[in-house]
Amino acid sequence: MTIEHTDTAAPVAPVPKVQAPWRRFASEFFESWIARVALFTLLAIIALALAAPWITPQNPYDLAQVDIMDGRLSPGAEAFAGYTMWLGSDGAGRDLYSAILYGLRISLAVGVASGIIALVIGSLIGLFAAYAGGRIETIIMRLVDLQLSFPAALTALILVAILGKGIDKIIIALVLVQWAYYARTVRGSAIVERRKEYIEAATCLGLSHGRIVMRHIMPNCLAPLIVVGTVQTAHAIALEATLSFLGVGLPQTEPSLGVLIANGYEYMLSGRYWISVFPGLALLLTIVSINLVGDRLRDVLNPRLSK
Amino acid sequence: MTVFVIRRLIQAAIVVLLMSMIVFFGVNVVGDPVDMLVSPEADQAEIARVIRDFGLDRPIYEQYWYFMKGAASGDLGNSFIFGQPALKLILHHMPATLELAFTALLMAIILGIPLGLYAGLYPDRASSKAIMAGSIFGFSLPTFWVGLMLIMIFAVWLGWLPATGRGDTATFLGIEASLFTRDGLSHLILPALNLALLKISLVIRLTRAGAREAIQQDYIKFARAKGLSTGRVVGVHLMKNIMIPVVTVLGLEFGSLIAFSVVTETIFAWPGMGKLLIEAILQLDRPIVVAYLMIIVLLFVVINLVVDILYSLLDPRVRLGEQGA
Repeated sequence: MTIEHTDTAAPVAPVPKVQAPWRRFASEFFESWIARVALFTLLAIIALALAAPWITPQNPYDLAQVDIMDGRLSPGAEAFAGYTMWLGSDGAGRDLYSAILYGLRISLAVGVASGIIALVIGSLIGLFAAYAGGRIETIIMRLVDLQLSFPAALTALILVAILGKGIDKIIIALVLVQWAYYARTVRGSAIVERRKEYIEAATCLGLSHGRIVMRHIMPNCLAPLIVVGTVQTAHAIALEATLSFLGVGLPQTEPSLGVLIANGYEYMLSGRYWISVFPGLALLLTIVSINLVGDRLRDVLNPRLSK
Repeated sequence: MTVFVIRRLIQAAIVVLLMSMIVFFGVNVVGDPVDMLVSPEADQAEIARVIRDFGLDRPIYEQYWYFMKGAASGDLGNSFIFGQPALKLILHHMPATLELAFTALLMAIILGIPLGLYAGLYPDRASSKAIMAGSIFGFSLPTFWVGLMLIMIFAVWLGWLPATGRGDTATFLGIEASLFTRDGLSHLILPALNLALLKISLVIRLTRAGAREAIQQDYIKFARAKGLSTGRVVGVHLMKNIMIPVVTVLGLEFGSLIAFSVVTETIFAWPGMGKLLIEAILQLDRPIVVAYLMIIVLLFVVINLVVDILYSLLDPRVRLGEQGA
């Protein structure tokens, strides 16, 4: 964890041909077979999640479609309604395959939403710090350092303890946990860009501060931002699952993968592994594939950082 | 040096003060303090009494002052559920957590360093690549998921180790720990491994990077040219130089081990302070939550302070840079 963060946040000196043509970027990305598999898996997961209502035999949260008599069926058993439960069913009689796809929707939505909000807020703060400089920059960066010196999981736990349960509160907590990573990344590349001649030229042309920051500095900070954004989204999904598993995250009415795993936990000791394990595998595939795509993006976007 | 230490101490004090404000105002502004101070079964008279006793009718800065005054004398309020001082409860649960964290740290060192060294010395072997791939998984898998898998495989399927709880403890050299009994040890292995996994991956990466860098240095080539055995070159010349970053990072990571034990303790029903925290959050036992947070903040600040000072002793440039800035 620590390694990744120091890597991505290191002042990225001369950003090497970031704006290289799209095609060259793509071909370089696809050179690695791991990246190809990871990207394909990720896209498949997203597609399955989006298409959930049309490709599942049951809406697991429509009580009319769930039969308690189907509870705890093992994988491959036949449901009362006639379809096969390939992944078994949980304690309430929900088809796990359906529950997982619906859970993926919630997990992905929370992760992506919090990631995007944190990215916007964090980048703006980071840009502001780098451009303002002086005392303001020192105060903001001290705040960032302070926050990053505590483990994200603990900070999130505290915030959830204060804010309470609910999907909106989880997103707020995840944003508050993540903004600092983005702020540090953007500030790191922005202070390098700020000293370059083209910014001096822009200043001499009498362009407004806003225009210089958003149109000139910002685009040159995008490469590291994309990498951090990918990795942080995976972190956010894992963090939400952890909080939900601990019972302080999403409520039972918003069953993300973490909630599903927590529900299955009590059955695990009696050997009914599938209730926890299959949602767990879905979570695992999601997180690992996002991380692998992020790793490859880092290598392609910034060869200096690859090891 | 004295100036440096004093400056760091002042900074640490500011951080503690700032965090106490965030925790205090977080609890009092975002949440309703009456909810947190009175048990849900309390009647109207009880609520009025608590509001008066805790000075909740006073301005918020005055309340903060009383909170800090209590905190300074070690009084962080009483738990609703247990009716005991929150601080006492947490300190009571602390040894179990510390035991878990220390064991995890030990595992990270014992497993991480040799594996990292191997991967660094023979980077092209398939086994090295497998180790590195494993460490990527160690980084990206959520701790609770790994914990579930460990329970499923070693406790449910194989039945080798117990799934939950802390085993018998024994006292040795004045320390009461489960390390000294067979039963205790068998209960400790799974949670400690679960907690250690992230740190093992971290140590593998650090050691590997250090080894790959050091192996190209002249002093290693010279040691080889002198005809020293590979064991001596690796064990003495190489190890000495890659240990510095590893030890520093592990020191800093000890705090995060204690923080992450919240998850591990909940899965394995390990009676430490992390489990206490989760139960307190679920039961709205807020004094425990506040007390836990203050203790963790203090712990982190102290660890960072000690590492900072040790670092400045090892590397004078840190001090000089500070003065120049």
